[in-house]
Amino acid sequence: MFGRKMFRRRRDTGDFSAEIEAHLRLESERLRDDRGLSEQQAQATAHRSFGNVLHAEERFYESHHWMWWDRIWQDIRYGLRMLRKSPGFTAIAVLTIALGIGSTTAIFSIVDATLLRPLPYPQPDQLVSIEEDLPGIGARNVGTSVPEWHDFERSGIFQYVALIGGGDVNLTGSSTPARIRFLNVPPNYFALLGAKPELGRSFNPDDHTPGFTLEVLISDGLWKRSFGGDPGILGRSLRLDNDLYRVIGVMPPGFLDPGRTAEDRNIEIWLASGFGAPPAPPPLRSSRFIPKAIARIRPGLSVAAAQSQVDALVASLQKEFPVDYPAQNGWSVRLVRLKENLVGDVRQSLILLLGAVGLVLLIGCVNVANLLLARGSARGREMAVRQALGAARKRLMSQLLTESLLLSLTGGALGLAILFSAWAFLARMVPATLLRFNEVTMNWSVLLFAFAASLVAGAIFGLAPALHAGRLDLTAALKQAVRGSTGSGQQARTRRVLVVTEFALSLVLMIAAGLLLRSFADLLRVQPGFDSGKVMTVRSWLPIPNNADDDIYRTAAQEAAFLREVLRRARTLPGVEQAAIGDPAAVPLGHTRDDRNPAPLILEGHETQTNQAPLVGRCGVTPGYFQLLGMKLLRGRFFTEFDTDTTPTVAVINEAFARTYWPNENPVGKHFKLNPGVPAWTTVVGVLADARTESLADHSVPTLYQSLYQRRAKALAIFVRGELDTAKIPLQLREQVQSINPELPVFGARVLDDLVSTSLSERRFSMEMVGLFALTALLLAGLGIYGVISYLVSERIQEIGIRLALGASSRSILRMVLRQGLRLALAGASLGLVCALLVSRLMVGLLYGVSPADPLTFAGVTLLLIGVALLACYIPARRAIRVDPLVALRYL
Amino acid sequence: MPTQPPTEKLDLLQGTLDLLILRTLIFGRQHGQGIARAILETSREELFVEHGALYPALQRLEERGWISAKWGVSSNNRKARFYSLTPAGRKQLVAETSKWRRLAAAIARVLDPAKEG
Repeated sequence: MFGRKMFRRRRDTGDFSAEIEAHLRLESERLRDDRGLSEQQAQATAHRSFGNVLHAEERFYESHHWMWWDRIWQDIRYGLRMLRKSPGFTAIAVLTIALGIGSTTAIFSIVDATLLRPLPYPQPDQLVSIEEDLPGIGARNVGTSVPEWHDFERSGIFQYVALIGGGDVNLTGSSTPARIRFLNVPPNYFALLGAKPELGRSFNPDDHTPGFTLEVLISDGLWKRSFGGDPGILGRSLRLDNDLYRVIGVMPPGFLDPGRTAEDRNIEIWLASGFGAPPAPPPLRSSRFIPKAIARIRPGLSVAAAQSQVDALVASLQKEFPVDYPAQNGWSVRLVRLKENLVGDVRQSLILLLGAVGLVLLIGCVNVANLLLARGSARGREMAVRQALGAARKRLMSQLLTESLLLSLTGGALGLAILFSAWAFLARMVPATLLRFNEVTMNWSVLLFAFAASLVAGAIFGLAPALHAGRLDLTAALKQAVRGSTGSGQQARTRRVLVVTEFALSLVLMIAAGLLLRSFADLLRVQPGFDSGKVMTVRSWLPIPNNADDDIYRTAAQEAAFLREVLRRARTLPGVEQAAIGDPAAVPLGHTRDDRNPAPLILEGHETQTNQAPLVGRCGVTPGYFQLLGMKLLRGRFFTEFDTDTTPTVAVINEAFARTYWPNENPVGKHFKLNPGVPAWTTVVGVLADARTESLADHSVPTLYQSLYQRRAKALAIFVRGELDTAKIPLQLREQVQSINPELPVFGARVLDDLVSTSLSERRFSMEMVGLFALTALLLAGLGIYGVISYLVSERIQEIGIRLALGASSRSILRMVLRQGLRLALAGASLGLVCALLVSRLMVGLLYGVSPADPLTFAGVTLLLIGVALLACYIPARRAIRVDPLVALRYL
Repeated sequence: MPTQPPTEKLDLLQGTLDLLILRTLIFGRQHGQGIARAILETSREELFVEHGALYPALQRLEERGWISAKWGVSSNNRKARFYSLTPAGRKQLVAETSKWRRLAAAIARVLDPAKEG
């Protein structure tokens, strides 16, 4: 219909008129010839029987033209003229909307990048992460064993299943020795992700070599950095921890591993392995040493269908291997959409932000609606006159709505312009941990969102004035118009309702911000149980050759000698007062769950089978670590230099560990072991006060510490404390380490305080954003109530004049005006409190240390809001008491 | 308001004008005035088409693709816009005609039930 009219050659009105003229001539000629009428009579009769020519032409025009377009165009031109005529109003309204649309779009662009855009792999919906739980002993995500992996692969549920291991490795044989992040994956990894190398080939997905394939793929970054982008890289050998590998391909620049942290995603080198030969342990069903498994579901199978097939597989495996899957442990396998797994944890924060910014936009709309209503009353006369001249109510309403949309679209465009110009600055504010696979960009969906949000905003704030115009009482309006004031009771009521709404919305937002602020303050005040001040850490790594005989740090004694030398040299560096070494899990707030290397715990006297044993996280540290971090000893002793591989194995545990496994007992002197195959028990020698080394927001989890002189670790973190030059210390440490062994990398220097503050960056971002939005909301609500009260005062100026003339005290007038404002504020606040109670309950996961109904926050914020309301009312109230009765009465 | 013609004629039912126009055009191309006259004559002067309503109707039919129009010269050498039936219009005429017959028969039955027997 549209299309036809749009694209067909239009018949113009002139043609139609010509046809009518031809008709009239033919008809009058016929009348003259057949009936013998005179020329004049014939013409008159022809005209008479034709009817209204103009009407026919009008009908033709209307049926033939885009009348709605004509009218809209008319409305737009008129609207633009009106907006130009009141630049003050237009500027305020446009700016309010620009602020709302700009900030909403900014938050949406983050949501778009993190939650909406798909993972950068083909058919990402078929990708899942396989997570195994042992619900019987309360263990989640325990990892996958190699036989289980083979079961999944053979099940027919998946196209590919890949175990993913990895870590850091020393790369030699390139231009500079480097410490790089590698992944240990099965050969089907790239086929699973649907990724192709930019150079060379990837692994053969059907390769089932049990051990390493000795072929590697490298990242584009590594290729350019360490090999100068050498096109002859294919076939070249490189040395990883003493072992030689051949490069078979280079991955394209944008390729990222589906990891949760930036460090996990930016992989430099991929090694293929079947996980079935050394250095991997013998493939036992219960030996779930691979922390991560991902899979691509067979095409055509939904995740839900795949899950039910996996459940069936789990049930049959449990029946087949009752020893490996004891009933009391339970064993369940969850398929989690890979995207859910990778970005699911930021969803709540982002939805909170989007909700908060949406509220700001809504409050902005309410404000503009209020302004429009106020202007509507000034324009009452115009509307009344137009209606009296025959304008249909529908036309008047559509005209007002067009004006509103013009305002909102202009506001939206301005908002986008501001966003564009502040883009670089804003993008820096987004914490890196929030963004995973996609950069925040201004793409079409973001622009479309801004456009849609502007339209919706315009419709929202345009509705009230338009409806009022539709209900205009002509006689009253025309009569009043003479007096220059047309505020109908109806309109005043709507405006009050709008202000109440605005207050309620602002209160919700402010309470949300208040709760987040209190949570954050509590987090900052939390006693972490360790002292991060003046501490720096750098990482290093001892190579693990595939042939154990090549390992010069094979025994604990060999490694201990090296560690002692590193520590001795570190202590000589300028500023260093204390030095210690730990494994990556020993870096507070700076490690991942995998770093904790959870192991099954077997308690003496409670010997159970390995696969029933609870898993506990562990850290390896040198003596001096606890003192360096200021951790408090509750019982027993710390490690000493005399705990070595020739003395009995000892451990220090934290309070949470003691509480969990030896409740109401003295754990010092108790025995446990982490490997059922080893006869010797480990003795607990000390108990530490709990420290929040996992997350500031979480209570401590059971953790045990072992001495690095007794249990070796390949990945190392060197800690130094003192008045340090943070720029020089990493270089000096590298120099010292490499003067002992030039092959060793030193990397990843961090100031511990930064780690602590980074661990809060997402919370800080949410808090700052919501706080900013809440302040905006408060400002808008204040402006809103100010507008309404000023309006009410000017409405009643004569009444006030009379009261003053009759002897009312200015105090009573002041009270009268303030009471009006207060009533609105109270109504808004009580409505807002109810809404806030409902909303805050949804925020529990984002709060720390405060209840979602925290009375202090609720009361404080409400008082603040009412205070602002009173302040906003005080200005018009003061104007009211300054009214000169004479002046006021003269205009009566 | 258009002036009523001298003698009282039957008003056209809603929607019948289209049918009459299509029917008239089955004899060949015709201009608007000719169509009006033909309807009046073939209905033995019983049906009067208000000329002012005729042209928007012609326009509508043309837009639907049932008739096509072309400027030409009338028998008495006057310029006029001639309409002719398109294949789609022919089909429409058949459908409308049978619909109209059914309607007329039904109304006849309602008005005069005895006749049906």
